[in-house]
Amino acid sequence: MQVTMTVNGEKVTRDVEPRLLLVHFVRDVLGLTGTHWGCDTSNCGTCVLWMDGEPVKSCTVLTPMAGGREIRTVEDLERDGELDPIQQGFINEHGLQCGFCTPAMMITCRDLLDHNPDPSNDEIREAISGQICRCTGYENIVRATRWAADHPATEEVTA
Amino acid sequence: MTAVEEAPADPVGFGRMHRKEDARFVRGQGNYVDDIVLPGMLHGAILRSSYAHARINGIDTSAAEAHPKVKAVITGKTLEGLGLAWAPSLSHDVIAILATDKVRFQGQEVAFVVAEDRYSARDALELIEVDYEPLPVLVDARKALDAGATVIRDDIEGKSDNHIFDWESGNKEETDAVFAKADVVVTQDMLYPRVHPAPMETCGQIADMNKVTGKLTIYCTSQAPHAHRTIYALVAGLPEHQIRVISPDIGGGFGNKVGIYPGYVLTVVGSIVTGKPVKWTEDRSENLMSTSFARDYHMHGEIAATSDGRILALRTKTLADHGAFNNTAQPTKYPAGFFHIFTGSYDLEAAHCEVTGVYTNKAPGGVAYACSFRVTEAAYLVERLVDCLAGELKIDPAELRLKNFIKPEQFPYTCKTGWEYDSGDYPRAMRLAMDMAGYEDLRKEQAEKRERGELMGIGISFFTETVGAGPRKHMDILGLGMADGAELRVHPTGKAVVRISVQTHGQGHETTFAQIVAEELGLPVADIDVVHGDTDNTPFGLGTYGSRSTPVSGAAVAIATRRVRDKAKLIAATMLEVSPDDLEWEKGKWFVKGDPSTAKTIQEIALAAHGPMELPEGVEGHLDGSCVYDPPNLTYPFGAYICVVDVDSQTGHVQVRRFIAVDDCGPRINPMIVEGQVHGGLADGVGMALMQVIAFDEDGNCLGGSFMDYLLPTSIECPSWELGETVTPSPHHPLGVKGVGESATVGSPAAVVNAVLDAIGVRHADMPLTPAHVWRAMQGNPLRTDLAIE
Repeated sequence: MQVTMTVNGEKVTRDVEPRLLLVHFVRDVLGLTGTHWGCDTSNCGTCVLWMDGEPVKSCTVLTPMAGGREIRTVEDLERDGELDPIQQGFINEHGLQCGFCTPAMMITCRDLLDHNPDPSNDEIREAISGQICRCTGYENIVRATRWAADHPATEEVTA
Repeated sequence: MTAVEEAPADPVGFGRMHRKEDARFVRGQGNYVDDIVLPGMLHGAILRSSYAHARINGIDTSAAEAHPKVKAVITGKTLEGLGLAWAPSLSHDVIAILATDKVRFQGQEVAFVVAEDRYSARDALELIEVDYEPLPVLVDARKALDAGATVIRDDIEGKSDNHIFDWESGNKEETDAVFAKADVVVTQDMLYPRVHPAPMETCGQIADMNKVTGKLTIYCTSQAPHAHRTIYALVAGLPEHQIRVISPDIGGGFGNKVGIYPGYVLTVVGSIVTGKPVKWTEDRSENLMSTSFARDYHMHGEIAATSDGRILALRTKTLADHGAFNNTAQPTKYPAGFFHIFTGSYDLEAAHCEVTGVYTNKAPGGVAYACSFRVTEAAYLVERLVDCLAGELKIDPAELRLKNFIKPEQFPYTCKTGWEYDSGDYPRAMRLAMDMAGYEDLRKEQAEKRERGELMGIGISFFTETVGAGPRKHMDILGLGMADGAELRVHPTGKAVVRISVQTHGQGHETTFAQIVAEELGLPVADIDVVHGDTDNTPFGLGTYGSRSTPVSGAAVAIATRRVRDKAKLIAATMLEVSPDDLEWEKGKWFVKGDPSTAKTIQEIALAAHGPMELPEGVEGHLDGSCVYDPPNLTYPFGAYICVVDVDSQTGHVQVRRFIAVDDCGPRINPMIVEGQVHGGLADGVGMALMQVIAFDEDGNCLGGSFMDYLLPTSIECPSWELGETVTPSPHHPLGVKGVGESATVGSPAAVVNAVLDAIGVRHADMPLTPAHVWRAMQGNPLRTDLAIE
């Protein structure tokens, strides 16, 4: 079946099987491999992306369900060569190690800051509690999000 | 955070600095195996056994083969024809690539389908009919050696039981004699249950056999690409120079990605059969049910002491459940890994360790999950026993440890099972942790709370690891010595490339190893490229696991760089028309003693080394150096951990309130990266102590086969870690560094368990201490956590 949606600001139309998971559509059909696939049960959260402005686990969305909607992925965080503060925060505070959970973590943390620009550490932990990181023990993800909260506009790009 | 606390942008050498690799990861531009797409690539999927133990009477693949998008269906029969149905394991055994005679654990590989896309390959699995004849199932290691137990490995000629090995270390007679004279002997059985490393990226591989050139290119989630290549050459008879193994970005390993799994071999077979590249990416259930588990040690521990708390001796008899095939990845001589470092951090008169390995109808493995070759089990055993003794003697567990530590002046210290501990200052680390925790105040608070009926616990774990395997005369894997190579080349314009045999899967090698070169040569880190994870472009070495990258390859890089520096000295002397003896090194330049302005920078020397200048006799052109490092000894990082928990007396729920971790891994090349590694390991400890277990029911069904059932710690279960450090350099490592990747995973579980048991006043209950289990333990009826059998 034919599906049309907006992905990172561009309209895309593709023929897909109705059962195709959105995570596989984004990765395998569109080649946007920053969104990852880590489990089959909606527990790990490495597949989080924005759908109509809400972070969703794209392994539990069928591609046709995204028809007519706006999808935004990690590849769209950097704008005009400037990192989003959450990206800079993850670099500065060592919020990532293997990098596999990182794109989805950043999306959730960015979304938190969009709704709550000055979150407490507990609020940050609550926000990311539906996603798993095996490397960082979460502490530096919390710090990275706080860094982004304290630096709402990117001051310098050191990456 | 203030700007002052942020990492400086670019130290020349050691120090906090942001990671070079992060630029791609924060942009979603990491390049993991499943991200790679090759022209014409096909997709593989594995049919796995639903039974834990069953005879295969037949496999009908005709319907699958008729699927319009299926290109090949491979079974054990296909592989038998190629001589590949069975392959040597990493531990003097064989593993089945695809089952031929029978299946021996739930999730075992039975057939492989290659199709045009990943969904079609999965569809075709449903079309394969396997005629299984169920057999009696053995999941309880404690019954594996019973008379009449079902024999799992009847493929081994003459095998009539489930015994794999008996192994011992230390002196039994001496130890028994010390136990006989001891005032106090405390005995405790404990299980370190089966857990799984569960990196966020599952395992996968693309194999691309080019029939014209004969070159096989493999993209694999491998922590050890060189070892994989050599094993393919040895086992499959493929010419080694025609195999290229690439480990691109890897989404975490923790030991899960050391070995060669049947799925990897099947992509190679699939590519040979179809003539196309074949990708296989396992799903999470496949990862948890079939790839290397860890632990599964049933430990009977005994500790002997005087009545005033002088620890005299330790002994253990341990039953090791290795699953259906003995496929642990560890140095050949050590079937129980380095478990015999259960002597811990204490000055003992004697110690003896016996381990018996058995087969069960469970997935194979045993050494994985940041365990430093079973040091995890060893540290847990001794640190639980010391707490049991403290309880028996009514001595504070911190005081008991301080009383029995190996003293700083006793190093190098040879323990009673033969390890030579290189350096340590245990009391200093312990006291720092106690100061950070406010130990005495915590004990007062605990006493007050107890009076109010509130349950609060304080748990201590003091660990010593043995890492950086290892000296090649003692340590090999499948005959390959555990030495690692490094090659440094300085380009004419003074930029450099360093090629290393180890591989990063989150550890930050691209930054850390550049910092080593920077420290030794004075080049900016930004000017140094680190190449790794590609057998065509890096020197040979055994890979990243067992906290060995910096202890082994870090030393290789340091020595290779020093060789470049020495060569640069000779060239600088010619440039300055002085004797080399007149030169002195300052980071980045050779200068004339007493005249620092007369100098040549390493960049100037690099250009001269490539230029027309006549070089001194015996000095070849260009500026490069290499080293193969054979460690003279292992390194012995250590740490003092204190965990504070609150337990809900009504529900048994445990909340980790604080976790104080003092680590001593020698000098820290990049403290930011070291702290990150410790954070991750501490989360592992909380997870294993409280949540994670791969258990089985009596039919051999895996009860931890998804993240719905195998619970990993989230941000809610983890506290904000409190870290401290002491620095005791290794005397034999060129940089003094000891390795840290696994320290926290090794040391932390005992601290959490000791804290929970301290809170509820119970001598012992096995991990994981879930609310239900804590509740049961409080009622005096702890569970057997590895089996869903009452």
